[in-house]
This record gives sequence, C-alpha cells and structure tokens, in this order.
Amino acid sequence: MQLSQYLFFFLSFVAVLSAIMVILDKNPVHSVLYLIITFIAIACHYLLLNSTFLFAVQIIVYSGAIMVLFLYVIMMLNLNKEIEPHKKNIPKVIAVISAGLLMMCLVALLKGAEVNMLPAARNSNIGLIENLGKVLFKEYMLPFEISSILFLAAMVGAVFLSKKEIN
Amino acid sequence: MKEVIIGIPIQWYIYLCVTLFCIGVLGVLFRRNAIIIFMCIELMLNAVNLLMVSFSRYLGDTSGQVFVFFVMVVAAAEVAVGLAILMMIYRNTKSTDIDTLNNLKW
Repeated sequence: MQLSQYLFFFLSFVAVLSAIMVILDKNPVHSVLYLIITFIAIACHYLLLNSTFLFAVQIIVYSGAIMVLFLYVIMMLNLNKEIEPHKKNIPKVIAVISAGLLMMCLVALLKGAEVNMLPAARNSNIGLIENLGKVLFKEYMLPFEISSILFLAAMVGAVFLSKKEIN
Repeated sequence: MKEVIIGIPIQWYIYLCVTLFCIGVLGVLFRRNAIIIFMCIELMLNAVNLLMVSFSRYLGDTSGQVFVFFVMVVAAAEVAVGLAILMMIYRNTKSTDIDTLNNLKW
C-alpha cells in the first residue's frame, strides 16, 4: 500500500463517520461541527487530487462562511436538544430502507464503470490556480459575470425576507 | 505529486461519493429539523463536487473544476436565501419542525 492510499482511506473514514454523526446527533450545534469536519476532510481530498485552489475555496467558503452562517442562525433561533422535534419510528425505518435501496442501485449501476485514464491526465497541473484562472476568465467569462447577478439577487432576497412585516 | 493519483483507482472515489450522497439523502428523509435538512443538502452538493473534481483530475479536463467553483457559488447564494426563509418560518410558527408546514398538504 502506498502512502496516498492510506491517506485516502483515513480521509474517507473521517468524512463518512462525521457525516453519519451529522444525522445521528440530536444537538444541532454538534451537527454543524461534525459537518465542518466532513468538509475539511473533503478539502483534504481535493489536496490529494492536487487541486489546491478548490482546497482553499472549500476551507474558506464552506467551512468558513456557510457553516458560520448556520451556527449564527442556530444561535439566533436558540435551538437545543430540548425543543428538537420527535419523530415516530416507522418513518425512520422507511427512510433507512429507501436510502439503502438508493445506495444499492447506485453501486450496482456504477460497479461496472470503467474510466480509462487519458494521456492528458498525466498533466497534474490542471487544478492549480494559474490554469484554473485562465480557463475561468477565458472560456467561462459569461457565467462568471452572471453569477455576480445571482449573488446580488440572493443578497436582496435575504435582506427582504428577513425584514419585519411592513404593515 | 504526479504519482499520487496513480495509486488510487477512480472506483474508490465513486464509492466514497455515492456513500456520502446517500448519507445526505438519508438525513433529508430521517430528520425533522429544517436546519439539519439544509445541512444534508450541502453534504450532497459536496459529494457531487468531490466526484466532479476526481473525474476532472482523472480525465485531465479543467472544466470540471470550474464547474465545481460555480456549484459553490450557487450553494452560497442558496444558503443565504434558504436561511432567511427559515428565519421567517420560525418567526411565524415558532419552530423549525417541517411537520408544522402542512398548509399545502392535500
């Protein structure tokens, strides 16, 4: 076994385990913290795949901005274990069965998939910020500009929704 | 760094991403708290992101990683609006239980 394989298994184990803990933990704050661990493990997977730009963006945007937003909302709503809604057992069993069936279908579907590595894949520099920036600002210039409009719309929407009723 | 990718087959990444995605689906079906459901949607988006990055790395195509960047942009916008909606729901119903939102249920 190579070092990279050990790293892969370790990071996958951390990611899957903390993802399961996100679901099982009753306290929403703990769920957010476990989800941050999952995101950091996924970011380390990006580093293993040599895409350093996405590693940085994942840490900054997901583990930083988005999760802080979640924590902030949980703090403002003052959620804790006591007011956690309870659920009957039958829907839980049905949920586990249907998610297991979905996983079985996907694994069965993708088991025979063969991806032949192209000769171009030997070039390991595609994830570096230099190449990614060139592609982003040449071929994907229009989507990049449109995403700024999306952000503006999201900002206006968030401000408008969180305002108190006017009348 | 060039040799790192050689030791890991793409199938391992496929199985990892399928597992993470199904955990996200399970969380959406399993929990009643709207915030946890939001977090599970983020988990599913991340599983797909990881799969796209690994495919772009294995096929030597930069477009996959640019697409992941755009998915992150949309996810950030989605979370901002979604949490604002959640705040409004909490203000009206005093809970984040999605079972209280049954006005449109037939």
